[in-house]
Amino acid sequence: MTAQSLPQAPLTTPALSVRDLHAWYGHSHILHGISFDVAPGEVVALLGRNGSGRTTTLRAIMNLVGRREGSILVAGRETAKLQPHRISRLGIGYCPEERGIFASLSCEENLLLPPRIRDEAMRDDEIYALFPNLLRRRDAPGTKLSGGEQQMLAIARILRTGARTLLLDEISEGLAPVIVDALFDLILKLRELGFTILLVEQNLHFTAPLADRFIVIERGKVALEVEARDLEASTAAIDRLLGV
Amino acid sequence: MTILGLPIQVLLGQLTIGLINGSFYALLSLGLAIIFGLLNVINFAHGAFFMLGALAAWLALTVGAVNYWWALALAPLATGLFGIIVERLLLRRLQGLDHLYSLLFTFGLALAIEGTVRDIYGTSGLAYPVPAALRGPVDLGFMRLPAYRIWVVAVALVVCFGTWALIEKTRIGSYLRAGTENARLVQALGINVPLLVTLTYGFGVALAGLAGVLAAPIYQVQPQMGSSMLIIIFAVVVIGGLGSTMGTILTGLTLGVIEGLAKVFYPQASSTVVFMIMVVVLLLRPAGLFGKEA
Amino acid sequence: MNRLAPLALLALAAILPFAGVYPLFLTKCLTFALFAMAFNLFTGYVGLLSIGHASFFGMGAYIAGYAAKAWGMPTPIALLAGIAVATALGAAFGAIAIRRRGIYFAMITLALAQMVYFFCSQAPFTGAEDGLQNIPRGTAFGLPIGNDLVFYYFVLALTVLAYLFIQTIIAKPFGETLQAIRDNEPRAISLGYDVRTYKLVAFTISAAIAGLAGSLKAFALGVATLPDVHWTQSGNVILMCLLGGMGTALGPIVGAVVIVLLENQLGSLGVIRLGVVSIDLSTKAPIVIGIVFMLCVLLFRRGIVGELVAILGKRGLAAETAPSHTS
Repeated sequence: MTAQSLPQAPLTTPALSVRDLHAWYGHSHILHGISFDVAPGEVVALLGRNGSGRTTTLRAIMNLVGRREGSILVAGRETAKLQPHRISRLGIGYCPEERGIFASLSCEENLLLPPRIRDEAMRDDEIYALFPNLLRRRDAPGTKLSGGEQQMLAIARILRTGARTLLLDEISEGLAPVIVDALFDLILKLRELGFTILLVEQNLHFTAPLADRFIVIERGKVALEVEARDLEASTAAIDRLLGV
Repeated sequence: MTILGLPIQVLLGQLTIGLINGSFYALLSLGLAIIFGLLNVINFAHGAFFMLGALAAWLALTVGAVNYWWALALAPLATGLFGIIVERLLLRRLQGLDHLYSLLFTFGLALAIEGTVRDIYGTSGLAYPVPAALRGPVDLGFMRLPAYRIWVVAVALVVCFGTWALIEKTRIGSYLRAGTENARLVQALGINVPLLVTLTYGFGVALAGLAGVLAAPIYQVQPQMGSSMLIIIFAVVVIGGLGSTMGTILTGLTLGVIEGLAKVFYPQASSTVVFMIMVVVLLLRPAGLFGKEA
Repeated sequence: MNRLAPLALLALAAILPFAGVYPLFLTKCLTFALFAMAFNLFTGYVGLLSIGHASFFGMGAYIAGYAAKAWGMPTPIALLAGIAVATALGAAFGAIAIRRRGIYFAMITLALAQMVYFFCSQAPFTGAEDGLQNIPRGTAFGLPIGNDLVFYYFVLALTVLAYLFIQTIIAKPFGETLQAIRDNEPRAISLGYDVRTYKLVAFTISAAIAGLAGSLKAFALGVATLPDVHWTQSGNVILMCLLGGMGTALGPIVGAVVIVLLENQLGSLGVIRLGVVSIDLSTKAPIVIGIVFMLCVLLFRRGIVGELVAILGKRGLAAETAPSHTS
C-alpha cells in the first residue's frame, strides 16, 4: 500500500501536524519523510514492526533524536527549531517506552517533577483521586515501584502538567492483564475528556477499540493510514505490514 | 595523658588539622561531584576556581578594603559568575562530544588561569590575615584550638550538609537528581535543563570559591594552591565514588582526618596516604566506596 | 601520499642539521616526538585518556641518568634500565587503572602519577629540587655520542625504529582488536576478547616507549628534573597529540615539534610591545599552552595532521582514514 492522501483541509488546526519528518541517530537515517496529522481530541495509533521507526517518530516530535529535519506543528506552532522543554511547554506530554521513572526520586517527587503548563490543569488531589495507588506509594523510591505503578506514574505526571496532547510509547508492554485493563479504561476516559493521544502500540487488541485512526509505519515511512471504521477491512493489509 | 605514646594534645591537634583539610576536601569534592553528576564533565579547573576564590578575597581586601565577612559572600558569587560565563560561552559547545574533551578544555583553562595569576602575582603567595573576630585560641579545657580553624570546620559542615539537604530534599534538588540520571528526558518533561546545567556549574564552582575564601587565612593565596589540592580531590572522588552526595562529603572529611593522623605516626608518607588508600580501594572495590557504577 | 609523507619527514630530519639547525634542539624535538608517539599509541588507539604519562617519561629519565652517572653503566644498558623501570611502572599502574573506564581511568592515572611525583621529590637519588645533573653521555656501541650530531642520528635511528614498531603493532591483529575494543567494547567482550589484557599490553608498551623517550632526553640534555614527572608534563604530551592529530601516525611528531618550537620561541622572543603594553613572553608559556589547549579542543579537534588528511582526502590525494579518536 502506498502513502495515503492526507485528509482535506481541516476545519480546525490540527493538534499535531508532521510534514516530511526525517530523523537520524548519529549516522543512521531512521525516518525518511513521515507526514501525518492528528486532529484535536483524536486518538491515533502508530503501528509497525520493531525498528520501523514508531518510537523514533515520537522521540523526533519531542526533539530527542540526534538530528531531525522537516516540519512539526504543535497547535499550529512550528517546533522544528525548539528545544525539548519548549516543545513540552506547548502542551505535549511524553511517556517514553522505558517509562523513565527516576530511581533517585520518590514516587511523589517523580509526579511533581514536570512543571505545570497551565493553571487549569488538574490539581494534585485530583490526580491522586484518579490514581489512588500512587497516593499510597507516594514515598516509595522510584526503583521500588512495580511496572504497572511506574506506567501509571509516567502518565499521571504528564497529566498533572496540563498537557492536552499525549505521546504514549508502548504503555501496555510487559504488564499484567489486570493492569492493561486499567490502562485501557484510563485511555478511554482521557479520550472522553477530549485529550489528543498519539499511541505507539504493538498490541492491536489494546489499540483497536481505542483509536480513531491507525497509521502503519514501515522503514521510516508512512505505509498505510486506516480509519477506525475501515479497520476490519484492512486487517489483512495491516497484518502483512506487521509481518504477522 | 598519652595515647600510643603521644600526648593527647598532639593527637587532637593533628586531628583538628585533619578535620580542617577534610573540610576543604569535602567542599571541593562535593562541587566536583555535583558538576560531574549533571554535566558529565570532570572540571579540571576546579582547583583554579578554588584559588580564584582566595584571590578574590585578597583583591577585595587590598583593592576594595572589603573585609573578610563580605568576601565570604561576594567571592563565591564572583567565582560562580565567572563559572557561569565559562559554561555558557565555551563549555557548552563541547556538550555532545566525548567527555574527555571537556576534561581537556578545563585542563587548558586551569593552566591559563594559574599561569596568569602566577605571572601577575608571582609564586611566593599573598598574605591574607585572619579576621579580627576569629583571632586567637578557644580554650576547650583539655586543649586550645585556634578559633579560625573551628570556624572553617563549622562553615564547611553547614554548607556541605546544607547542600546535601538542597539536593536530597527540595524540588530543585529533584531536578538535579533526575537530570543526573537522564537529562534529556527531564528536558522533554518541560524543565529548562540547559539553564539548570549552567546554574549547577556555577554553584559547584561557587563552592570551590567559598573554600578558597576559607582557605586564604590558613594557606595564604598561592597560584598553585588549586592544582595541588585538585589532585588529592580527584583521589578523594575516586575513593568515595560518585554515587551519593553524603558519601562524597563523608569521604572527604574522613580522608582529611586519616591524613592528619598519618602525619603523626608516619610523617613522610602522609602526603601519599590518600593515594595509597585509593589504590587499595580500587583493588577491592573499583566503583568506589559509595559508587554506583562499575 | 600516505607512504610518502613519513619518508619526506625522515629525509627532512636527516638533512636539517646541515641546514643550520642545532642538533641538540632537534634531538629534544625527537625525544618529545617519541614521548608523544608513545602516548598516542595508547590514548589515540585505545581511546582512554591517561594523564599520568609523565611518570613513565620522567622515571625513565631519572633511572637512566642515575644508572649512567652513579653506577657508571654503559649508556645502552642505562637506557634499558630506564625502559625497564618505566615498563614495570606501566604494568603496575595499568593493572590498577584499567579497572575503571573513561573519566575515572583518567583521574586514577593522574593520582598514580602524583605518587611518583611525591616519590621523586623525596627520594635521595633524584636530587629533589635540583634534579640529576651532569649525566654523562658516554658511548653507544662504539659511537661517539658525546658529539651532538652523532647523538642526534643515534636518537633519530631509535625514533624511526620505534615508529616502525608502533605502526607494525597497530596494523596487525593486535591493533585491529584495540580499535574494535575502542569502538564497541561490549561487543568485543561478547566475542571473547580478553579486553583487559589487550588494554594492559597497550598501556605497558606505551609506558615503555615513554620511558625510552625520557631516558634519551636525560642523555640529550644531561639532566633529569622534577618537571619531567609533573602533571604539566603529562598535559604537554596530551596537547602535542591533540594539536598534531590524535590517533594519526604522524600527528604526534608534528605536534611535538610545534610545541617544543613554541616554548623555545616564547623564551627567545622575550619582551614585546603592543602599543602601550609590554608583555614579557618568556614567562607566558603556561598561559599560551593553556589557551592553545582550549582553542584546540573547541575548534581544532582533528589536529594539524587530521585536518590535512581531511582536506587531502576530499581531493582524493590521501586515503582518508578518519583519525582514530573521533570527535
